[in-house]
Amino acid sequence: MQELISRIKALLADKTVDRVLGWKAGDMPYNPEPAYFETEEDLKDFVYDGFCGANLSKYMIEASKLEGKTLVCLKPCDTYSFNQLIKEHRVDREKAYIIGVGCKGKLDIDKIKAQGIKGIKSISGAEIDGAADTLKIDTMYGEKTCSYADAMLERCHVCKGKEHMIYDEIIGESKDTADGNRFDEVAKIEAMSPEEKFAFFQKELSKCIRCNACRNVCPACSCRKCVFDSNKFDSAQKANVVSFEEKMFHIIRAFHVAGRCTDCGECSRVCPQGIPLHLFNRKFIKDINAFYGDYQAGADVDAKAPLTNFTFDDIEPGERG
Amino acid sequence: MQRIGVFVCHCGSNIAATVDVKKVVELIKLEPGVVHAEDYQYMCSEAGQEKIAVAIREKGLTGIVVCSCSPRMHEATFRKAAEKAGINPYMVEIANIREQCSWIHKDMEEATKKAVILARAAVAKVNLNAPLKPGESLVTKRALVIGGGIAGIQTALDIADAGYEVDIVEKTPSIGGRMSQLDKTFPTLDCSACILTPKMVDAAAHEKINIYTYSEVEKVSGFVGDFTVDIRKKARYVDMDKCTGCGVCQEKCPSKKAPSEFNRGLNKRSAIYTPFAQAIPNVPVIDADYCVKLKTGKCGLCEKVCQAGAIDYTQKDEIITQKYGAIVVATGFDVIKLDKYDEYAYSQSKDVITSLELERIMNAAGPTKGHLERLSDGKAPKNIVFIQCVGSRCSDNRGKSYCSKICCMYTAKHAMLIRDKYPDVNVTVFYIDVRTPGKNFDEFYRRAVEEYGVNYIKGQVGKVLPQPDGQLLVQGVDLIDNKQIKMEADMVVLAAAIEPESSVRKIATMLTASIDTNNFLTEAHPKLRPVESPTAGVFLSGVCQGPKDIPETVAQAGAAAVKVVGLLAKDKLLTNPCTAKPDELLCNGCSTCANVCPYGAISYEDKLINDHGIRETRRVASVNSALCQGCGACTVACPSGCMDLQGFSNRQIIAEVDAICR
Repeated sequence: MQELISRIKALLADKTVDRVLGWKAGDMPYNPEPAYFETEEDLKDFVYDGFCGANLSKYMIEASKLEGKTLVCLKPCDTYSFNQLIKEHRVDREKAYIIGVGCKGKLDIDKIKAQGIKGIKSISGAEIDGAADTLKIDTMYGEKTCSYADAMLERCHVCKGKEHMIYDEIIGESKDTADGNRFDEVAKIEAMSPEEKFAFFQKELSKCIRCNACRNVCPACSCRKCVFDSNKFDSAQKANVVSFEEKMFHIIRAFHVAGRCTDCGECSRVCPQGIPLHLFNRKFIKDINAFYGDYQAGADVDAKAPLTNFTFDDIEPGERG
Repeated sequence: MQRIGVFVCHCGSNIAATVDVKKVVELIKLEPGVVHAEDYQYMCSEAGQEKIAVAIREKGLTGIVVCSCSPRMHEATFRKAAEKAGINPYMVEIANIREQCSWIHKDMEEATKKAVILARAAVAKVNLNAPLKPGESLVTKRALVIGGGIAGIQTALDIADAGYEVDIVEKTPSIGGRMSQLDKTFPTLDCSACILTPKMVDAAAHEKINIYTYSEVEKVSGFVGDFTVDIRKKARYVDMDKCTGCGVCQEKCPSKKAPSEFNRGLNKRSAIYTPFAQAIPNVPVIDADYCVKLKTGKCGLCEKVCQAGAIDYTQKDEIITQKYGAIVVATGFDVIKLDKYDEYAYSQSKDVITSLELERIMNAAGPTKGHLERLSDGKAPKNIVFIQCVGSRCSDNRGKSYCSKICCMYTAKHAMLIRDKYPDVNVTVFYIDVRTPGKNFDEFYRRAVEEYGVNYIKGQVGKVLPQPDGQLLVQGVDLIDNKQIKMEADMVVLAAAIEPESSVRKIATMLTASIDTNNFLTEAHPKLRPVESPTAGVFLSGVCQGPKDIPETVAQAGAAAVKVVGLLAKDKLLTNPCTAKPDELLCNGCSTCANVCPYGAISYEDKLINDHGIRETRRVASVNSALCQGCGACTVACPSGCMDLQGFSNRQIIAEVDAICR
């Protein structure tokens, strides 16, 4: 992290960039939050460790409107989102100085807590430099340990790889943490009967409190005005009193981001109710791959997105890929 | 709030027999915005239209709902009536209570309920309608005909005779098409080439017709009256201006292994070739797949022997971009592949052939110089079996469900010609039904049976078994005598089903012209607009629309030409005002809409936007309403819902759905 901070300081000092988009320490050792830094003084709060799961790409939409360049720290998987936003003309590449930061898998505090670890005072082993295989957690009830892999976010178990898709420079090493198949969970649901599927989604989606966290964090949900917030549409802000509403919200959202979702997993990471929202998006990705050939949104800015580009080889309705 | 009048048509008994029109009137009066409702026997009649006009005047109507037939029938009628009475024509909506209601239901109570629901949806929509005004666009006075067979040639000749420029694009090296491959034509038995070649010459010589052979349509953009088309002129490697058509190059060409497309692969041709003697233009092409010079750099014989110096190995494909007001599709047909019909042993025996191959065998310019002989050993056949409906009228998914229409007649023709020229040859025809509707067609078939002694057996052939001695054992059934039949044949001729030429799918896609599940182009109306595609400015000629024989093809070609001429005679067209319109405040500038727009109507501009006091320059979508055809692809692709279709706004559609679901 020291190398990263000194490089950031240098870039701020020589005016290459006017501000920095990174993470600052939160009130707990496991909840750093996205933040702007404009001076060397601000940077004292800067942090980058295993808990910095937040994808900063979306913040670049607003940062692109500011004067001068913004330095943005992007993990390998975040760069897919950034590319997708370039493709959609939502961010200005010229306004960004991208430091591709190393990543060895990001941690999910809920998974640590689920192991009965409570009263956390500090955590060691989550530092980005030489990240350990085991986390040592100092709690009010003594020191506990937890395997790093067991504490990883779901998305890191299906990591897209350690390569950054776009960057100006890379600082730190990355690791491909994948140890599972991205579509296993989807295949399980596909195998269910219609009744089972309905029951599954009913159970999951009925937890929704319509806090909009998934939408607000989603880099693909970058509309100036969301259809759910606009009085131009009858879908706007319907009271969350009918089961229709919570189901339709997530299904409409899944349709809106279909073909554009990079599977960054932020929706599921931020959901306070623990709804596996990424499953909707992955179903679309799986189908797109099956129908139009493998496609990873955000891997290549110039690639033609299958859902919005016609080719003569496209499958016909009723044909299965 | 609109003041809406609802007019419920009886359509004689078409609607009124199944829908209680009085009840519809009574119930629709309760809808918000409805201030007037009445029913009448024929709303489309003068008197009916007058009722609308009177109500507009007396009740001060601002919107109209007509519950009647499909909008494709009378929407224009009622819009005109409304306009005449002083309200904007786009304030009229049709609730289709005939095709989508009375015609498909039997129970009056149910049908009436549905009619009310459909009327309610239309009222809900009109409540949100806004007046629209059509624009104008200019008409390019030039037509494109895709396909240079008899259909394309006839269409081009008729358009050109009316005084308009026509381009024919033909993908093979010569115009002429399937008809040029035929030997004789039914029911008159005149020589196909003798009646076709004069037309080919006429087309080539016509000052208004320009023929691009060995060329394909590559890209189509624009819309009715103003299409822009890229035509790929494939490299011919022969200079069309210099070539005299002497044919020496073809004689000297050492590479003579290419299967002759014109003779259906029954013999070989040289790498440099004209497909047939009367080809137009009489300029050969070099087949790059077989030319030794183009493949290895050695040879060059044709260049050496060409007195005119016309050979040019460096020629490249050329793209010609041209504007057209109308496009006619005349891409024709091919016979189906027979790989799914192995019971007929087509792939196992050279003596099992298709009828089109028989045409070439019977033709003096064909692979056997017109002698009827077996392709396996050159012997004269003594027993020939014809099998009808191979892949036509097929109930499983191996073949086509439709009747190919021409096979009964050409089989009678083949049988008759063989019996006439070779009276000692026995000819048997297996058939499901013999279909001969057409002038002098049945007489023709009866002559084959009665005068020429062709043995017709009603029944199907189950299997053709090639025997070790080269004979073919045909196993079939005679349905009339109800007995199994086994007979020996020297030759079996299969009346293979016809299907649209394989390139039609790509062409239809480029034109956004709809095709059916069999790849036939769909007509705008099966009875009343049979030569027009539902896509404005696109017309249909010949078998690309459905199986037909030569006289029908020529008739349809002429009809398509008249439609084209009617269009080209106009200087300006009114454009559809139901075009897409972005809400700039909601636009993300993401380009999704521009990607999906098939008409290239959407561009982006950086524009100063005042968003509730926040002024900023944003990248926003802009629709060229002259190019927009109102297809709505952008409105569904737009993630923010900023794109909307005037006259079919998202709000209107939701209002209709809500009214239906209420």
